[in-house]
Amino acid sequence: MREIVVISGKGGTGKTSITASLAVLAGEDVVVADCDVDAADMHILLQPKNSVSEDFYSGELAVINQDICTQCGACFDVCRFDAIDVNDGVHIVDELSCEGCGYCARVCPVDAITNIPLNVGKWHIAKTRFNQHFVHAKLGIGADNSGKLVAQVKNVAKEIAIKENKQFVLVDGSPGVGCPVVSSLSGANFVVLVTEPTVSGLHDLKRVFELVNKFHIKAGCIINKADLNLDKANEIIKFLKDENIVHLANIPYDESFTEAMTECKTIVEIENSKIKHLINDAWQLINKNI
Amino acid sequence: MKIAIASGKGGTGKTTLSTNLASFLAESNNVVLTDLDVEEPNSGLFLKSELLHQEDKHKMIPVWDSTACTLCGNCQQVCNYHAVLRILDDIMVFPELCHSCYACSELCPTNSLPMQAKKMGELRHFKTPKFDFIESRLIIGEEQAVPLIKQTLDYIDTNFTDDYIKIFDSPPGTSCPVIEATKDADLVILITEPTPFGFNDLKLAIDTMYELKKSFAVVINRYGIGNKDVDNYCDKKNIPIIARIPNDRKIAELYSNGELLYDKIVEVKQQLESVSNYINTLK
Repeated sequence: MREIVVISGKGGTGKTSITASLAVLAGEDVVVADCDVDAADMHILLQPKNSVSEDFYSGELAVINQDICTQCGACFDVCRFDAIDVNDGVHIVDELSCEGCGYCARVCPVDAITNIPLNVGKWHIAKTRFNQHFVHAKLGIGADNSGKLVAQVKNVAKEIAIKENKQFVLVDGSPGVGCPVVSSLSGANFVVLVTEPTVSGLHDLKRVFELVNKFHIKAGCIINKADLNLDKANEIIKFLKDENIVHLANIPYDESFTEAMTECKTIVEIENSKIKHLINDAWQLINKNI
Repeated sequence: MKIAIASGKGGTGKTTLSTNLASFLAESNNVVLTDLDVEEPNSGLFLKSELLHQEDKHKMIPVWDSTACTLCGNCQQVCNYHAVLRILDDIMVFPELCHSCYACSELCPTNSLPMQAKKMGELRHFKTPKFDFIESRLIIGEEQAVPLIKQTLDYIDTNFTDDYIKIFDSPPGTSCPVIEATKDADLVILITEPTPFGFNDLKLAIDTMYELKKSFAVVINRYGIGNKDVDNYCDKKNIPIIARIPNDRKIAELYSNGELLYDKIVEVKQQLESVSNYINTLK
């Protein structure tokens, strides 16, 4: 079983549309995992059915029992997250600021504070309309443990792949370089970087590749909207060469991408689409390099 | 006044709106633009500016001093993040897991885990011809954006008075970095595109704003593609749509070269005027 992770640094470069297209091309030999748990979109294209859901608990939240609390302020004094508010002398927990460190409960002289496990989201196992196993999740609003939920989605996807003897786990990652991205990269066999020839596309590609490098994972790159700016595209191609990143495809700027999405389809399902061949070539190259 | 520019989905035009709006408003106001997308800060790519000041930003982590340590293991017990472990005769600290709560350090009976500063990123203060621009960037490999966002907001509070229009280019998503970047804003502008992805993520962002009890408005970018779901939804929920930036390959090309739009494309300037009018009604 091999794990392919698609990331981009910058958001909106076409990561999810391309991941879903790769999933379609991979057929039934793949387990698909949407690890962009903050703003998951792949279900829109893959339209999962027969979903089984589970709550995800991670971290804790401090709760003050006002019947016991003497309003001494010890919790307020130790909290480094400004999560204890004082309203007319009454100490209350600001749930969005509390990071669940538990320090307040440890110093409370009358044991008025308990930590409760925090429900930070839900994860789902389903089948896509292409009959592939699909694992996705939704992080609760403002929740803090996106990295752990990403790890959970990936682990479930891997377990299914092993049990069902599937060759690939295909992971749609999140934008950025922070904890959810770090979490999605761990254990990957190949990384697909999706970028665009813009100043920000290149800037973010370089930063996210620096992160990929720390994991020593082989990488390939798809340049989306490649004909938007030829100078920038060439700059990206040079960067790929210098860094030994496999250049997987140049996909032209084409509004049929958006049109396909508007119909909740992947671009490779559009008849006579030139892009279909380009993404198919990329998929073959990924297979060769993984 | 504090205005945060946010979106659920990435790549919908947060940075485009932030940089163009800051430049436009700076023609008649004191403006400071802050890039809080510390994982992938991009605003600076679109601005000609001169560096005024730079400082390292740190997070505090415990460092083991074995001299007086009795290996009692209290530190391991009090750490809810498994960032401190006792392994045989060693205390090991995992800085990337640490949330800087100080519990292990301050509850250590022998003061064997003093807190020390560890660099997590850099803040830079630039001057563009018309306004101030602040950017923070996280060191690659550092996972937690929130502490750096928090310290950057402190810098703005300390260095800029309330008569400034403070614009914050926020990170994408709906989780902790976005909450931190938007929670003190007087107005959050959610920018989206009229596609199924844009619409889905806009709804998540709107739910987040309701949860935070924020005043917010919507800007639709690449208007003309996709469908009318965003318009219809906002109508139904009485959410103001304060600008519609047209879908135009010319805009994408200017953007790709790191150029501002409002002085080159008249429709963009008109849309910024509309945003500016809306902001003035809130003052």
